[in-house]
Formats: sequence, structure tokens, C-alpha cells
Amino acid sequence: MTSSGQALVEVTGVDKSFGTTRALRGVDLSIRAGQCLGLVGRNGAGKSTLVSILSGLAEPDAGTVRFGGQPAPRAGDIARWQEWIATVFQHSMIVADLSVAENVFLGATPRLVNWREVRARTRDIMSEWGFDIPAQTLCRDLSVEQLQVVEIARSLARGARCVVLDEPTAALEREAAKRLFERVRQLTGGGVAVLYISHHLEEVFEICQDVAVLRDGQLVLTAPTASLSRDDLVAAMVGDVRAPATQRPGAAARPKAGPSQVVLTVDNLSADSHRGRLAGVSLAVRAGEVVGVTGLLSAGVATLGRVVAGAEDTAGGEIRLRGRPVPAGRRDLAQRAGIGYIPEDRHAEGFVAHLGIAENATMTITRQLSSRLGLLSPARRIAAAEPLTSRLSLVSSGPGQPVGELSGGNQQKVTVARTLAHDPSLIVAITPTRGVDVASKELLLGSLAEAAAGGAGVLLCSDELSDLVICDRVIVLVHGEVFTEFTEPPFDRDELIVATEGIAQEAVE
Amino acid sequence: MISNSAAPLRGAAVGSWLRGANINVLREVALLPVLILLIIVGTVVSPAFLTASNFAGIGQQSAALGVVVVGESLILIIGGMDLSLESTYGLAPMVAAWLVVPVSAYGAGTDWSPYLGILVLLVIGGAIGLINGFLIVKGRLNGFIVTLGMTIVLAGLQNGIVKAQTLFSLPGPFGYLGAASVGQVPVSLIVAVLIFVATGLFLRYHRGGRAIYAVGGNPAAARAAGIKVERVKMAVYVAGGILAAVGGLMEAGRVSAVTGQQGYQEGIIFNVFAAAVIGGVSLKGGRGNMIGAASGVILLGIVGDILDLANVSNYWIEAIDGAVILFALFLARVVGGESTAEES
Repeated sequence: MTSSGQALVEVTGVDKSFGTTRALRGVDLSIRAGQCLGLVGRNGAGKSTLVSILSGLAEPDAGTVRFGGQPAPRAGDIARWQEWIATVFQHSMIVADLSVAENVFLGATPRLVNWREVRARTRDIMSEWGFDIPAQTLCRDLSVEQLQVVEIARSLARGARCVVLDEPTAALEREAAKRLFERVRQLTGGGVAVLYISHHLEEVFEICQDVAVLRDGQLVLTAPTASLSRDDLVAAMVGDVRAPATQRPGAAARPKAGPSQVVLTVDNLSADSHRGRLAGVSLAVRAGEVVGVTGLLSAGVATLGRVVAGAEDTAGGEIRLRGRPVPAGRRDLAQRAGIGYIPEDRHAEGFVAHLGIAENATMTITRQLSSRLGLLSPARRIAAAEPLTSRLSLVSSGPGQPVGELSGGNQQKVTVARTLAHDPSLIVAITPTRGVDVASKELLLGSLAEAAAGGAGVLLCSDELSDLVICDRVIVLVHGEVFTEFTEPPFDRDELIVATEGIAQEAVE
Repeated sequence: MISNSAAPLRGAAVGSWLRGANINVLREVALLPVLILLIIVGTVVSPAFLTASNFAGIGQQSAALGVVVVGESLILIIGGMDLSLESTYGLAPMVAAWLVVPVSAYGAGTDWSPYLGILVLLVIGGAIGLINGFLIVKGRLNGFIVTLGMTIVLAGLQNGIVKAQTLFSLPGPFGYLGAASVGQVPVSLIVAVLIFVATGLFLRYHRGGRAIYAVGGNPAAARAAGIKVERVKMAVYVAGGILAAVGGLMEAGRVSAVTGQQGYQEGIIFNVFAAAVIGGVSLKGGRGNMIGAASGVILLGIVGDILDLANVSNYWIEAIDGAVILFALFLARVVGGESTAEES
């Protein structure tokens, strides 16, 4: 233990309900100075609710929050709240057009601003914690990693001695994530308490001394990470009952068919995109085959998926589906041709938040569901959505529930259902399991493997190596070009990582 | 959330059918208490209020506005906005009438058939919508400034063509929609109600209507689901223009003339937006329905009628009218629940 004694943040007996949903039930949690406590749980387990309460954004129905033994300020009084605890959310809370210094002191400057002093204090904080971002830089020009540092600096500038990091590595590359762990260790070493929320259990084992597990709104386990195995943690998250469909869907489990028909041919594809450019990529996907594409964040992995799905235009090259050219940059035509699309960012492209589950899940097949005059009965829509949602074990209060109300994993299931609905001959899935809990992850990957077993080709573009277990082949992109290809599952994790860095296999050996 | 998947799907069959159809009964009748209150106020203010002929009058006066509100609501639901509907409402009947009426009534001298005139009116409405849609959707210009500019251009044309004269002696078929009645019921009211019902059913049960909600709710998600977002938006701008032109035709028929003031100089766009927003149509897109929009129109119609009957001085009537609309907006926000709130 790095530190002992009084808890910096103490939550006792916290209950919180939304309508009929009991999001939190009698949660007790305490964090000491210098401690890094991991908080894990499946989507919908109550993590976000707990974070809202800890951030002073929501008031618990029952129970108390205490800081350093004192009762917490009134919920909503964010300024006073942040003197104790500050949250770095998954979605950046940075104003892009303001400088680093202005963002660090956003809302906390005196009425008359002395810019020289604000910049000086920003530099002090940066140097005190070993960060190195110039105070005058515009945040627009910073990387995702640097923005996160600015947010952490902001928390510290308010005097917060507890920092909540909500899925901090979701948007970071591997190297950046390592640097983040270094920063977390610096923080805890300096007496700051860190609540670290993540779906990546290996991260929790790497940097958290203790871990707390939420399940269905209850805290089911709090223990030192050293005393637990990965399986113990998964068991605590999932509970005793594991649904039969959660078996690991390995590529090896599927019967290897002989060479089948080529579904997708990509020839010399190039594209300019802020997501990473493509410089002449060629590949083919056969029916029944899951082809993984991976690489670093800017290697063009997501761009390749988007271009093939018609969500983004090309700068050259050709896409053919079953031999027929698919017009570039036209999502509607790509879908008509038979290309399904599971987008990278489900909030941006995956669903219409205030429309119902059934409507979202059938959005791709309104033509098929409607009569000749275009009339579409809600009952038919629900009937069409039901088999999809139950196959994906979607948990909801009914087919009319707005998708925006669902947890992240269930939202992603709606997006996947929408794609499976139109029975595509090729599915393009981009990071389909990002921000999704372990059990949902296996269900989602399982549904893709199942679609492949049913004869569809799958192009799985993901930088999460754990997604690639269902692949028959994995293509590694480096700087928008095909660097190498792995054809024999199971794939060696380390070899993949080395390849994504653009280091040839021979050089390693 | 904690329950398992399949059972609640069947369990809440009726409720879910309603929600599946995007019907929220409570929200849709949210304005009903306000309307009842207004009717009580009207009855107290004047004995002439609660009569069939008065209501026929309210219906006839509100019909034209109502048809424009349908058009604006559609545009708002796709997440757009069109200020120029008020000018289309003036210009389209002006040009059509100009081609139809004789030179003695300030016509162009072409003396076209009134039926051809109505066709021209529809084409003009559609063409204006097409130009707006093209600039906003294809040109990716800001809808507010494009349609504001268009408003002024069209209003200028409306005045320029006839040098601010009033076109009159509209032939029978041209004025029929706005002037005729079936028994006590004005034809314009019947047509407006039909347009509301047809649009409402279209939005709720037609593939195209659902695409409008999807596009307004999240255009990127709609595009990813294979919906032709640009085509939907263009079509809605065109429909909006046509509906505004039809509204203008009703108004021209009702007053048996087309004045240079009709539309822009009357400032009807404020009432159009107010009716839509009071009726729960979101200015941010994706939300709203025809029952709400119709309630908004009826509410404004009754308010205007009560102010007339109460003999409010002409000097003050605009101030009171505006204040009542602001109050109605506030009331609609309160009874409409959280989803009608603006983000702060």
C-alpha cells in the first residue's frame, strides 16, 4: 500500500434509480490518497451512474458521499465539487478553439483575467506533474493523448485530489496508453487518488492496486488486484450464470470450408482522410471468411472500412462486390449492393437516439418491410426486429424504447442488428466492440462469426487485438499500405503488435 | 435493463405498439387543457365566440396558415429551417394570378386558364423549394441565411412584378379553394384537415416519413443505414415550397385578391414557427408530429379570434398577440415535458 489512513473519497449506501431501473443499490466505495482503484463492470452495471454521482452531476436517492470526512457539497455545485474530485470523461470536455491555459482554467478564472498569470500557473502545474504541453498552444492542434493531459491538468488546477478516469485508453494508441500509465503512477505517487474505469482488464491489473466490481448496480467485489486472476474478475463481473451463447467464437471452431467464391475485391484503393490515409490497398474477402484488418490509429484501418462501406469517398482504386464495381462514396448504393456497415462511432452513425429499438434495427430494410405504396406498419417492424434483438440478447424494456436510453453494449447490439437485418453478403465492421463489456463483446463477435458461417464475408477493421480471434486471416496496415498478412490462426499477439509498428518479422528474429 | 430480452417484448405488446409507432399519447394532447381554457375565455369574452359561424371563420382563417405550418414542420423535422415559406406564400399566388387575371385587374395580359394558373403556382412553390434545397443540401450553405436571403428576393419580386398593385377579380376556380364552402364548412378547412391527416399518416406509417425522422434525428446514422439523406432533405424542401404556395392560394381566395403584402409584409413566418414550436416540433430536428402542429395552429387561431372579438385596440393588438404567443410557448414547454426543453 502506498498510503493508508483516512479515505479521501467515501461513498456509503448509495442508491440511484431511473424510473423503474435501479441503477445503483447500496454501493459502498472508498478511495485513499495515493491509491489507484480500478472500477470494472459490464455495460449497464451502473459505472456511469456512479461516475455521475462522484462528479456531482447527479444526486443519489439515498446514501452519502464524503470528501476527507466532510459531507460533499450539494450536487450540481460543480465548482466546489471539483475542489475534491474531477472526472476526465471519455468524451473530451475541451474547448478546441481555446488555448491550453484557458482550458486548464476554464470557468475558474477571476473576473478580470491576468493572462500572464494564468499561463504561468498552467506551466507550473504542467512542470510539477511532468507534463510537457506549452500553455499557449491551441487545443485544436493537440492529439487525443495531449487533450487528455490537459483535462488531467485541469482537474489538478482545481485542487482536486481525486481524479476519475473514465475509459481513458479508449482512444489512445498503445504507446500513448503506456505513457498514460506512467502519468497515473506519477499522480498516485504524488498522493492523488485515482479511480480508474476500464473495460480492459489487463490495464486494471497493470496499474490498479485494488479493484471494485459493479454488477447490476451492486458492488460485488472489492479486493487487491494481486489477489485476483483475470478469470476471478470476469466471474465477478458476469455473475454465476453465463449465457450459453457466450462461448468464445474462435475461428478454429468454425469448419474450414474449401476455397469459396470471392465476395469482395479491393484493388489499389487510396483515400485521403483525417482518420488516416490509404495508399493503394488491395485485398479480397471470400464468402464465409472473416478477414481482420489492424494497425495503429492512423494507419488507415478505419478509413479502409469506411471507404469499402461507401461511407467515405476514394481518391482512386476500385471496390468490387461479387465482381460488380461498387460506386465509391455512396453508402446507399453500397448497401443496395449488399455491403453491411457497423460504424466505428456508434453515437455518430450507429443509431437515431430517440427512435425506438425496433425502428433502428430495421432502418436498413424499410423497403422490404413496407407495402408497395411504401406503408410500413409498426407491428411488422417489431416482428422483423424481434429475432435479431433476441439473438443478440438485447436487454431493453421493449422494442419501442429509445436507443439513446440503452447502455453502450446494448446500443451496439442495435447497430449490429441493423446491419444483420439486411442480410448483407459482406459485413464491414469497424472496432465493433469498442467500449463494450466482456460478455457483450463475445456476443457481438459471435454474431459476426455466425454471419460468416452463414456465407457472408466479414471485413473486421479493428485495432483491438482481442477482436481478431474470430478472423481467418489478419491484414496489417502500416501508413495506409498493406504491410503483412497473417494467414494461420491463432495469431500471436506479440507478432501482431510488432507488425503494426511496421517492424518486419525477420528483423525481430 | 436487468430483465431478460424476449419476455418484455411480448409483455408490453400494446404499450410497445404505441411506442413503436412513436406515439406518445400524453404529449400529443398536451395542449388540450390550454385549448379548453382558451375556449372558456372566449365564451366569457363574447357571446359570438361559441357559434358555428365563428368557428367556421376561425377554420377558414387558420387553414392557410395551417398548410404552411405542415410544410415548415416537415422542414424542421429533417433538421432544417425555411424562412422563405412566407414569401413563397405571397409570390406563388401573385405570379399565378398575374398570368390569369385580365389587364384591367393588373394582370399580365396573358389571360391564362385558372387551372393552368394553379399548376404554375404549384410549380413555382416546388421550384423555390428546389433552389433552397439545392443551396442548403448540395451547396452546404446555412439554411437560415439562405432562406432569409431568399425571403427578401421573393418578396421583392412579388412587389416588382405588379409594382405594388393588388391583383383582383380572381376567376372562380382560382379562388374556389379559399372562398367556397360546403354548407357551413369552408373548403379550405376541409383541404387543410386532409393535408394534416395525410401528412400525419405519412410521417407515421410511410417509409418516407420514417426516413424524415431518421434524417432529422441523426443524419449520419441515417446515411449509414442506407437512407439517401440528401434526397430526403431535397424532397422535403420541395414539399415545403409547394405547401406554402397552396397556403397562399387559400389566402388569396379568402380575400379575393393578391396583395403585395401577402406573406412577407404580414410577417406570417413568426406565426408559422410559433404554431410548430407550440405544437412540439423541435427546431433541432427529429421530433414533432402533425397532431401537435395542428394544435398549435388551432391555438393561434383561437387567440387571434378572441383578440378580435374583445375589440382590442388596433394599436395594441400586435403587442398582445406576441405576448400571448410567448406565453403559449412557455406553457407548451411546461406541459410538453423535458423533451421540449432547449439545452442550456
